[in-house]
Amino acid sequence: MAYLPEGTPLPAADLDDSPYWEGCRRRELRIQRCADCGRFRHPPSPVCPACRSFGAEFVEVPGTGTVFTYTVAHHPVHPALKAAVPYNIAVVLLDGAGDVRLVSNVVDARPGEMAVGMRVRLRWEPTSDGSYLPRFEKA
Amino acid sequence: MAVTVERSIADKTCIVGVGETEYARHGGIADKSEFRLCLEAILKAAADAGIRPDEIDGFASFGYERPEPVLIQAALGIPEMRFSNMVWGAGGGGCAAAVMNAAIAVHAGLCRYACVYRSLCQGQYERYGHYRPRPRGGPHMAPFGLMSPAQMVALTTRRHMHLYGTTTEQFGIVAVTLRAHAQRNPRAVMRGKPLTLVEHARARMIADPFRLYDCCLETDGACAVIVTTPERARDLRIRPVRILAAAQASNPGWGLGPMGSHNMPIEDYASVNSRVLAGHLFAMAGLGPADIDVAQIYDAFTGIVVMALEDFGFCGRGEGGPFVAEGRLAWPDGGLPVNTAGGLLSEAYLHGLNLVIEGVRQMRGTSTAQVADARTCLVTSGGASGHKSALILGH
Repeated sequence: MAYLPEGTPLPAADLDDSPYWEGCRRRELRIQRCADCGRFRHPPSPVCPACRSFGAEFVEVPGTGTVFTYTVAHHPVHPALKAAVPYNIAVVLLDGAGDVRLVSNVVDARPGEMAVGMRVRLRWEPTSDGSYLPRFEKA
Repeated sequence: MAVTVERSIADKTCIVGVGETEYARHGGIADKSEFRLCLEAILKAAADAGIRPDEIDGFASFGYERPEPVLIQAALGIPEMRFSNMVWGAGGGGCAAAVMNAAIAVHAGLCRYACVYRSLCQGQYERYGHYRPRPRGGPHMAPFGLMSPAQMVALTTRRHMHLYGTTTEQFGIVAVTLRAHAQRNPRAVMRGKPLTLVEHARARMIADPFRLYDCCLETDGACAVIVTTPERARDLRIRPVRILAAAQASNPGWGLGPMGSHNMPIEDYASVNSRVLAGHLFAMAGLGPADIDVAQIYDAFTGIVVMALEDFGFCGRGEGGPFVAEGRLAWPDGGLPVNTAGGLLSEAYLHGLNLVIEGVRQMRGTSTAQVADARTCLVTSGGASGHKSALILGH
């Protein structure tokens, strides 16, 4: 069973971030990197803010990281989440991707276990539309 | 002497009228449409200024305001509308920027009396605390349950707690202090409902570390202010409130900040993106934080107030919690009385324009929690949104 229930909004790819979501579909965490200066950026964006190059590649990263910050949602703000609270939301600072952070969840952490600095690793969770979401578990 | 960028509109314009409808909890105003409330607020502001409604010839708003100026012009029978302006972006970050745009317009001579207005009936439309689709960045947040402003700001606030040891009790002091100010204000939705630190700490959790009273109200109402030049203000019966400075800015790389994917620069993460803004604002006024007598700080959430005190230089980075704990925000003796009408936490959530109006009252000497001899008031706009804006009003 997925960490958040069916009915939670699913990603909708656009022309700029579709390679990222296509990676997720194949269970590959691919972060955008400037093809010229090598700087990572997220979410995907047409141009590098450091060197203004439009050249980009999507590089697979290890999938480990550190909880940069977190919250535990107790009040459900979407009908699909009424039975899911309390659930955690973590901002994960990825290893090997500059200062890129992903908004995600730590699926096996109880609310009281959440802590800044906690080490986590990727755990793909299937979605109802045949793709996968990058979630995390305690490392 | 050439006017520098920093001083361009410093002390060139003023606020001469304010208007507010009643404020109520969301759903509390069911017999008047949001549009009608908007028109009532504008007419009250014109009456307060002592001008005829058909003398208003400019409009500025922000935050996806629904009633467009052309509709207001038609509804109020305004013969000429020469300035219609809307600030980009959701969130209250555009509020002071809308006042700035009105000031620019009247200073440039594009129009004579510019009305800044905001009508927001969350009971008639959507509630801001509930899930709303966000076209930019939303797909990188909502699938993981990150959907409400409380959750978004909880993340930056938790980081602040981690870095500096800021405590939930310090957030409670913000909530309790502002609630006490609201007890003196007959317009405040939370008047008659004083709050204690114990009640704050026992309230239900919304998004850790934020409990119920760390989060602003969801309300119905409308308000408006009239901006003009000092030359025109001289002909009015009311004493003008000077706009000493008005600025809009965003730190490098901030983007949508907490309302985006949380990839703003790490060194700025536990902030409200107002460091650059504060520099420009104080430079325009020729003043510093020590010169501010009273402040209206955008308080969508208690944690934002703590971080804003740091960004605007009232204390050092990481010192916002202790600053609050010393009672510095309290009227009348705290030293920097903040949100003297109760703020967004305890008066009403008019997206920050009610904070501008309380700033005007302080400079007129008519606040229900009047700071004695107040000559300067800081008004900040925006919490979790992208760009921020702010004003310094003068007596």
